[in-house]
Amino acid sequence: MRHGKYPLIITFLVPPLLLYGVFVVSPYLQAFQISTTDWLGYSADANFVGLDNFVRLWRDDYVWNAVKNNAILLALLPVLTIALGLFFATMLNMGGRGGRAGVTGVRGTAAYRLVYFFPQVLSVVIIAVVWQQVYHPNAGLINAALKPLGIDGPSWLGDPRTAFWCVLAVMVWANVGFYVVLFGAAMQAIPRDIYEAVLLDGASRLVTLRRITIPLLWDTVQVAWIYLAIAALDGFILVQLMTNGGPNFSSDVIGLRMYNTAFASETKFGYASAIGVVMFFLTLSVAVLALRASRRERIEFS
Amino acid sequence: MTLLATETKEAKSAPRADRPLRREWGVANVFSHGFLLLWALLTTLPLLWVVLSSFKSDDEILTDPFGLPGALRFENWERAWTEAHIGRYFLNSLVVVSGSLTLTMLFGATAAYVFARYDFRFKQVFYYLFVGGMMFPVFLALVPLFFVVRNAGLFNTWRGLILVYAAYSLPFTVFFLTAFFRTLPQTVAEAALIDGCGHFRLFFRVMLPMARPGLISVGIFNFLAQWNQFILPQVLMPNDESRYVLAQGLSALAVSQGYQGDFSGLFAGLTIAMLPVLAVYMLFQRQIQSGLTAGQLK
Repeated sequence: MRHGKYPLIITFLVPPLLLYGVFVVSPYLQAFQISTTDWLGYSADANFVGLDNFVRLWRDDYVWNAVKNNAILLALLPVLTIALGLFFATMLNMGGRGGRAGVTGVRGTAAYRLVYFFPQVLSVVIIAVVWQQVYHPNAGLINAALKPLGIDGPSWLGDPRTAFWCVLAVMVWANVGFYVVLFGAAMQAIPRDIYEAVLLDGASRLVTLRRITIPLLWDTVQVAWIYLAIAALDGFILVQLMTNGGPNFSSDVIGLRMYNTAFASETKFGYASAIGVVMFFLTLSVAVLALRASRRERIEFS
Repeated sequence: MTLLATETKEAKSAPRADRPLRREWGVANVFSHGFLLLWALLTTLPLLWVVLSSFKSDDEILTDPFGLPGALRFENWERAWTEAHIGRYFLNSLVVVSGSLTLTMLFGATAAYVFARYDFRFKQVFYYLFVGGMMFPVFLALVPLFFVVRNAGLFNTWRGLILVYAAYSLPFTVFFLTAFFRTLPQTVAEAALIDGCGHFRLFFRVMLPMARPGLISVGIFNFLAQWNQFILPQVLMPNDESRYVLAQGLSALAVSQGYQGDFSGLFAGLTIAMLPVLAVYMLFQRQIQSGLTAGQLK
């Protein structure tokens, strides 16, 4: 097994490592260095300014406004998505009546599972543009449905009071299907007889979910939580395409703040990188916290 | 439905010991079935509405958003395909993604194989360097990446895009395939080596074919991720419209049609971009769903 393994290791590992080092590792590292300069982009002029960018960032109301929106996303997106995902997955996998067939899914499970996953295969751009049209104040699906009821719908994405919540709704809409399938796959691994025993003992559906399903699925829920938390700190493409942070910054998020600082009206690359560095640590600590907070005794079953 | 109906009747007519339980589950069933249906409508209606609207005239779209199209106006599709260049963007995406997917799978499989099957110094360091990349959103690296690509002379090129797509797909691919190669039986590899098979031949002739299910799963995952990628081409290939990938083309179309008021063209463009993906998904539903979720369960 020993002779001649090094030629293979080198030819197999060095090219991917080079590609990864040049386009992934080095940009992340450079971001830290650029964040300590006042670099404005296209000229080579970049002076070391220490932590000035971070001090400015601390006093920047636009950044705080964006952070606030990400905090709301962080509080709501994982909870809503996981709750809906668990509910639908439970229905699809064991919602059927505990009758002769034992614990099974409801009728039409396959069709629901097919349809729920639709948003997951579509590009964010398609989702954003479709919903822009659905929310359209005159010709949109929602306001057209409200009109016969005598309600003049708001302008949704055009109204600072509703724009952010509309984007949040689309984020939940786009994510739920994936977690229905993810939780469903994990539920399939739980032995049926546990449920049949609980059913015989007269447990209600809610108790079954809370006491049996969720504890047994905890590992998966934890993973879902981390992924959704990271998604909540991002949210950038959907916001950029649907509202571009507006109206009046009401739906701004940190990612968009950074993008606009670097690539839109101004090219403050140093300052934008500082925002990126802060995001980097925020993401890291949120992931670690989510991992810690959700740690529980792992339940083994075979 | 019949099974459900007869059972409810049975529970009503013949009181049994477990009746309260059964009734509770029955009532819950009506409610939750309602919710399931509601969510199914929520996911399909907007998409269906887009497809229907792609056949309407602008007038119909503005005055009667809910109505059915008066005729099947395929000229909307034609306009989106040729004038809005959706056809060209589609081909561009195909070229870019076939390049980047090949590179991703080749580099991902070779690196993962080495991590899973061989011991060498600093193996753990390299492995976690790769896998750590899964944690962070791409946009954190955007600013320096922009300059890395520009200094390499790859700005506004497909080559640059292909390399960058592959690089950012490696963390998940390596993570997934390393786990997969570890599950393959060791004995086959040992037997092949004893029979005088070289390390390279062992990989291409024995291990790679054995890893096919894993390669397909992660391939599907990467295909969708790269096909739907928007932010990287937006930053790295912003100037030359003739090279746009589909996601870029669609977002440009949404902006320009918004100004021109060509709603039917926009809906047609969306439909053309959406239907092939949904059709492929429906054909390979099982593989795609497990491909997208499998990696996150481990």
